[in-house]
Amino acid sequence: MATSLPKTEGGPALSRSAYRRSRGDVPFRFVSTASGVVLLAIMAAIAVFLVVKAVPALQANTSHFLTELTWVPNATEPVFGIGALAFGTVISSFIALVVATPVAVGVALFISHYAPRRLASVLGYVIDLLAAVPSVVYGLWGVTFLVPFMLGPSKFLNDYLGWIPIFGGDSVVGKSMLTASLVLAIMILPIIAAISREVFLQAPKIQEEAALALGATRWEMIRMAVLPFGRPGVITAALLGLGRAMGETIAVALIFPATFTISFRILSPNGNSIAANIANGFGEATDIGRGALIASGLVLFVITLVVNTAARLIIARRKEYARAAA
Amino acid sequence: MTVQMGIKPISAGRRVKNGVAQVLVYLAFAVAVVPLVSVLWLVIRNGLKRFDIEFLTHSMRNIGARDAGGGAYHAIIGTLEQVLLASLIAVPIGLLTAVYLVEYGNGGRLSRLISFFVDIMTGVPSIVAGLFVLAFWILVLGMTFSGFAGALALSILMMPVVVRSTEEMLRLVPNELREASYALGVPKWRTIAKVVLPTAFTGIVTGVMLAVARVAGETAPLLLTVFFTDSINEDPFNGPQMGLPLYVFGQSALPQDVAIDRAWTGALTLILIVMLLNLVARLISWWRSPAKRG
Repeated sequence: MATSLPKTEGGPALSRSAYRRSRGDVPFRFVSTASGVVLLAIMAAIAVFLVVKAVPALQANTSHFLTELTWVPNATEPVFGIGALAFGTVISSFIALVVATPVAVGVALFISHYAPRRLASVLGYVIDLLAAVPSVVYGLWGVTFLVPFMLGPSKFLNDYLGWIPIFGGDSVVGKSMLTASLVLAIMILPIIAAISREVFLQAPKIQEEAALALGATRWEMIRMAVLPFGRPGVITAALLGLGRAMGETIAVALIFPATFTISFRILSPNGNSIAANIANGFGEATDIGRGALIASGLVLFVITLVVNTAARLIIARRKEYARAAA
Repeated sequence: MTVQMGIKPISAGRRVKNGVAQVLVYLAFAVAVVPLVSVLWLVIRNGLKRFDIEFLTHSMRNIGARDAGGGAYHAIIGTLEQVLLASLIAVPIGLLTAVYLVEYGNGGRLSRLISFFVDIMTGVPSIVAGLFVLAFWILVLGMTFSGFAGALALSILMMPVVVRSTEEMLRLVPNELREASYALGVPKWRTIAKVVLPTAFTGIVTGVMLAVARVAGETAPLLLTVFFTDSINEDPFNGPQMGLPLYVFGQSALPQDVAIDRAWTGALTLILIVMLLNLVARLISWWRSPAKRG
């Protein structure tokens, strides 16, 4: 793109004033480069200051941070660990991903290959609206509507599929890991759908038409020409959705029962996440307590960094996707 | 089986598969729309109950959790100030970074590094941005909880969005415009300021509005930086403030019906603000979309 074409200095027709104006280039270039560097500095500062404030709390910890399950950082002998929180974060995000990805791919296919072309952009906008709803509104909706609503389906799953360990257990509640995961699934659906849609739309038309010309049905055409092309894009979209689900705070802070146990029983009153614990625990945290929460935030930062970097590396290998993930 | 001439009809199995796939795809869209309809319906139905003059003009001062009445004036003021301050910080930095990436970077090592970290920054969880401002601004520098601290956290979330949307718009500006300007002897920085940025202006404004809409609904970073208050605090630089998302969070965590009603009305107000910003953004982009003008 814009290569620095002319060297304005030294051009024969340049007046003195034009030359002086061109010296504005140096400060302008400097300021815009500095802005970019500021951005890098902020990312570095996030890591540095989280570490700085986490270390004193970690030193005061009387247990092992990575394996301990309980979270009592405000006591005189602080005991806290990331174990249960990290477990809850990963499991709830993973369930959200399993629920959201197939639906999102379906939505993306609907908009890119099934819906009438005139309707497609409007329907795409409707799905984008899901992303425009603030997370606290999902939290309010989850707590007042979805939690009581989920009691019935959860009991049903427990009664008939209780022999599968994750649906087992004696106490079935609405404020469960499953409900929180469903809210997360709704929240990450639009981002997965939006990126998948962009990728599906970029599938080579010529191959689609070739498949149809050879007598393939619409579904066979999609399976042969669209899905193989879009697979890396869908994987990237899912990873970005996973990162978003892990960092989501407020919606799940209202729904998680905030326990510090490790249990695969997603219908029972178990579950918590790093982000939800920060939101719920911040109010009464002492100095060490705040440090402990910052330490847990550091873990969340690192996990999301890894997930997002993986997503970006996949996308970077396919230049044609570059626009889709913007 | 007789040998058929010409095109064979599609076998029943393939037709059924095709039909099932079509039904599933339509179903997926329907399933995705259900929660949206449910959320919007409940927000409107429950939110209108308390959507009155008192709600918009009063704070929660001297109003207990069990009392009816009270409003979100203090939270609305706080949100507007915090988002405005966040934009004042994030928009210039984001805009200039995009200018660097498109006009000066030339795909060099620094520009690729910045570009990569802008992507990574998009994925920073909002609560981590809040924790960073808490650790840096409040705990290390010893500042108080304030609306400005919240604005700092929000600006971190805004920056990458502004960079990406501005970058995309700048790349849409035809190179011929730049070359014509250079040919007239206009220096590069004046070309950027007077030709490139004005050409991309509406697109940039749209991107900024969408970024503003995104952070206006953020709760988690405010929780750690702005803190809570029930009183009106119009000074974003001094003392705890309130934000509308925070207000909804606070009220919805209470068990009383009057508090839940206030939460719904707060949610309605918040959605109206966010939707309004989205709508303005779409209108601006539709109004002067280069693609539409052909």
